Amino acid sequence: MNEAKAKLHVLSEFTYTPSTVERGYTGQTLYVNVGDGTIKGKPVTEDMKEKFIGGRGFDLWLLWQGINDSTKWNDPENEIVIASGPCGGTTQYPGSGKSIAVSISPLTHVPIDSNAGGHYGPYLKFSGWDAIEVQGKAEKDVFVYVDGPAGIVQIIEAPEDSPTDTHMLGHWLNDHFAASEKDKQQMSFVTAGIGSDHSYIGCLNFSLYDRKRHDLRYKQAGRGGIGTVFRDKKIKALIVKSFPVKGDSNHPADMERIAATGADMQHEVATFDPVQNRMRSRGTSYLVQIMNDYDLLPVHNYKFGAHPDTPKINGDIWEAQYTQNMPDGCWYGCTVACAHAVDAYEVRTGPYKGQRVIVDGPEYETIAGCGSNCGIFEPWALLEINFYCDTYGIDTISFGTGMAFVMECYEAGILDKEKTGGLDLHFGKAEETLEVMHQLARGEGFGKIFGMGIRQMKQYFVEHFDADPQFVQDIGMEAKGLEYSEYLTKESLAQQGGYGLTNKGPQHDEAWLIFMDQVNNQLPTFEDKAEALHYFPMWRTWFGLCGFCKLPWNDVVDPKNSLSAEPAKIPHHVQNYVEIYSGVTGKEVTTDDLIDMSERVYNLQRVMNIRLGYGLRDHDAIPYRSAGPVTEEEYLSRQERYDDQIREWFDKDPETMTTQEKMALHREYREGRYEKLIDAVYKRRGWSPNGVPTVEKLQQLGIDYPDVVAIVKKYL
Amino acid sequence: MKVLTFNPELCTGARDCEATCAQTWFKVTDVAKSSIRITPTDQGFNAEFCIQCGKCLDVCPVDALYQDKKGIVRVKKNLCVGCMSCVGFCPYGVMHFDTEEVVPFKCIACGQCVETCPNGALKIIETEEASTDLWNGLVGW
Repeated sequence: MNEAKAKLHVLSEFTYTPSTVERGYTGQTLYVNVGDGTIKGKPVTEDMKEKFIGGRGFDLWLLWQGINDSTKWNDPENEIVIASGPCGGTTQYPGSGKSIAVSISPLTHVPIDSNAGGHYGPYLKFSGWDAIEVQGKAEKDVFVYVDGPAGIVQIIEAPEDSPTDTHMLGHWLNDHFAASEKDKQQMSFVTAGIGSDHSYIGCLNFSLYDRKRHDLRYKQAGRGGIGTVFRDKKIKALIVKSFPVKGDSNHPADMERIAATGADMQHEVATFDPVQNRMRSRGTSYLVQIMNDYDLLPVHNYKFGAHPDTPKINGDIWEAQYTQNMPDGCWYGCTVACAHAVDAYEVRTGPYKGQRVIVDGPEYETIAGCGSNCGIFEPWALLEINFYCDTYGIDTISFGTGMAFVMECYEAGILDKEKTGGLDLHFGKAEETLEVMHQLARGEGFGKIFGMGIRQMKQYFVEHFDADPQFVQDIGMEAKGLEYSEYLTKESLAQQGGYGLTNKGPQHDEAWLIFMDQVNNQLPTFEDKAEALHYFPMWRTWFGLCGFCKLPWNDVVDPKNSLSAEPAKIPHHVQNYVEIYSGVTGKEVTTDDLIDMSERVYNLQRVMNIRLGYGLRDHDAIPYRSAGPVTEEEYLSRQERYDDQIREWFDKDPETMTTQEKMALHREYREGRYEKLIDAVYKRRGWSPNGVPTVEKLQQLGIDYPDVVAIVKKYL
Repeated sequence: MKVLTFNPELCTGARDCEATCAQTWFKVTDVAKSSIRITPTDQGFNAEFCIQCGKCLDVCPVDALYQDKKGIVRVKKNLCVGCMSCVGFCPYGVMHFDTEEVVPFKCIACGQCVETCPNGALKIIETEEASTDLWNGLVGW
C-alpha cells in the first residue's frame, strides 16, 4: 500500500471478487454514481453479448438504459461509459487493446463514440469488469479507483492540491497510488485537463506506462467533448490497477488459432511495413505528403488541398523528431507501433514553459488540422499545440478545425484585433494560436468563445459581430455540431457522405472512401457509393465493438491483396479478424456476420439520436465547403478543374460565364447530388427517406425492443 | 558468445536433436516444441536455430528479452506478455511460440542436442559474430 494513498479521503467503497475473464468476457459491468456514491456490479446477459458484442455496443446499450428522452450532456443522468470488447487485451494480434468511450456530447447533443489506445480498457477487464458506466455529478473533484487484485472500487475525494492537467496529474497519481515500478506497470488512468473545464471540445487521455521510457504516455479519445462531460461530473481521474497482463489474460477459447493468425500478421508487419507506409518509424504522419500530393490535405480551412510548404511538416520531418527503434505500440503486441513520441521536448509557452516533456505524437490529424489547415508549417508549434491540447484535455481535431475557421473569419473581416482581444489571427499565426489555447484553458477572453466549438461560434459571430449567416454556415466545417476531421472532400461525393451520413458527426473512422471514389473511380454510381456507405461504416464500427484498432487492417497489406476479388476490403485481413474473434469467444462466425453485428449497434445509435431529438435527414446536412468551392478565391485556385467539369457535366462553355455564374451552377449540382446520395444510402441501410430505421429493419436485426420501436414509429 | 553450430555434411537426418530438445525443455515428444528444426533438402539436410543476434530485444515492449553474460538471448517468462512481437520480427524465423504457457521459446545453446547427435553434426562454440553461417557448416568446423 502506498502511504500517500492511505491519507486520501474515501467517499464510497465497494468490495468485490473479480470475475475471471472467460473467452473475452468477465460477465459483469461496473456502475459508479459519483453523485450519490452508489457503486455496484451489473450482470452481462447472453442477449447483451449476442446483440451488442462489447465495446461501443455495450457502451451504447448501457447509455440507452441510463438516460431519458430529454437528457442533456450536462444532466446528472448522462453517463460516460468505457469498454474495450471481447478481443480487447489480446496480445498476439496487432492493435487489440482499444478502449471505446461513449457519452452524450456537448457539441452534438447525441451520443459520441471515441476510441483510444492506452491500457485502461483491457486493464479494467482484467480487473473483473467488461465496462465502466459513470453517472451523476460529484460535488467536489473525485477519483474513481478500481483495484482488481484488492477487489475494491472507491470514490475518493481529489485533494485540492492535486493537478488537473494530464501530464502533471499522471505523475501525481503514480506517486499516490503506485507503491512500486511493478504497480505502475499494472495501472492506467483516464484523465482530462483544465481545457475540458472551460470548453466543449474536451478530450480524455488514456494512459499507458511505457516500460522502455519508464514514464507515462497518453492516447486520446478526442472526439465530441467527452472530456468536458468528465470534468462537468467533477471527475479528475478514473484509475485502474489490474492483475499483471499475461498472454492468455483474456482466457480465449482457442489460443493456437489466435497464435497462428497473430504470427502471420506480425510477420506481415515485419516484412511489408518497411517498404510500404513505414508506420513503425513515421506513424500516421506518412499521410501528410500523400494527401498533399493528391490535393486532399486541408489547407486554410479546407479551401485548398495542397501547399508548397507541406514538406516542412511531412513524415520525413517527424521521422527525424520521433525517438526511433522503440516498441511504440499503444497496447502490447502492436508492432504497427504508430504511437510515436518526441522525447524531452522543451515547452516554450504557457504555464509549463521550460519543462522537458514527452509529446505523444503528433499524428496525422493533428499535423493536418493544427498545421496545414491553419497555415502553420512550423514543427515546434505543432509539438507545442499537441502537448498543450493533450495536457489541457482538448481535442486536437476540433482545435485545429476550429482555429482554421476562426482564421478564415479573421481574413474575411468578421473578426479583427478588437474582437479577438488584440490577437492577429491570420492563417499561419502560431504564437497567437497558442495564446488562444492558453486563454481557452483559463476560460478567458477570445479563447473562451473559441472553446464553444464551431457551431456555437457561428451563432455568436452572427449575433455579436454581424457575420453573414450563410457565409459562416458555408465555411464552418462542422456537421451535427462536431468539427470535421482532416480530409478534403470536395471531389469525393462518397466521402461527403462518409462524413455527413454518420451517427456521431464528421469523423473518418466510420468511412474513408476518397481513394476508392475519387482516385480509383471504383464507385461510379449512386448505388455503388451507397453500398460502400453501408459496408464500410459497418465494418469500421465492428472494430469498436471488439476492442480493435483499424490501422492494422489497412495500413500494412500483403501485396497479394491486389489479386483478391475486392482489394478495398482487404479480405485476408477480414478473415484474420474472423479467426481472432472466433478464437477468443469460441463462436464461429463468417465475414458477413461481422457486418450484422455492427448493423445492430449502428441502428441502435441512430435510434438513440432520434430519441434525443436529432438523427433525421435534416441533421445529416453538410456545410457547402465540404462539397464545393464557396469563394471565388477557391474556385480560381482550381479553375481548370472546375471549368472542365462545367464542360463535362453540363455541356456548357465556361468561357461565356462569369465566375459567380459558374460557382452557382456547381453549387446547384453538387448540393443536388448529395441529396440523391442520401436517398440511395438510406434505402441501402433500410431507413425511411427521413433517415429513420424502419420497424422491419429493427425486426430483422433483432433489436425491435418495445421502447426502440416506439421511438421510430413516431417518425414513420 | 556461446552458440550452436551445425555441419550439414555430417547430418544424416536422424533428427535426434529435435526430439532431445522437445524432451529436455517441454518433456514431450512433439518436435514442434523443439528449438532446432531440421528440414530435408536436395543435397541433404538444413538446420535452423537461434544464432543469438539479439535483434528481437528491441521489439519487446516489456523488456522480457535479454542477453546473458554469455551472449545468449533469454526470455524472462515472468515479464513476458505473450505478444509474439519477437516471433514475427525474428529475421530468421527461429523464435517459436508455446501456446500452452503463452510465451516464446528458442535455442539457448544448452548443448543437449549435441550430446545425442549420432554423427557429431552439432557443436557448441564461442564466436564473435551472429551469422546464419552457423547453419551451413561455415563456422566452427
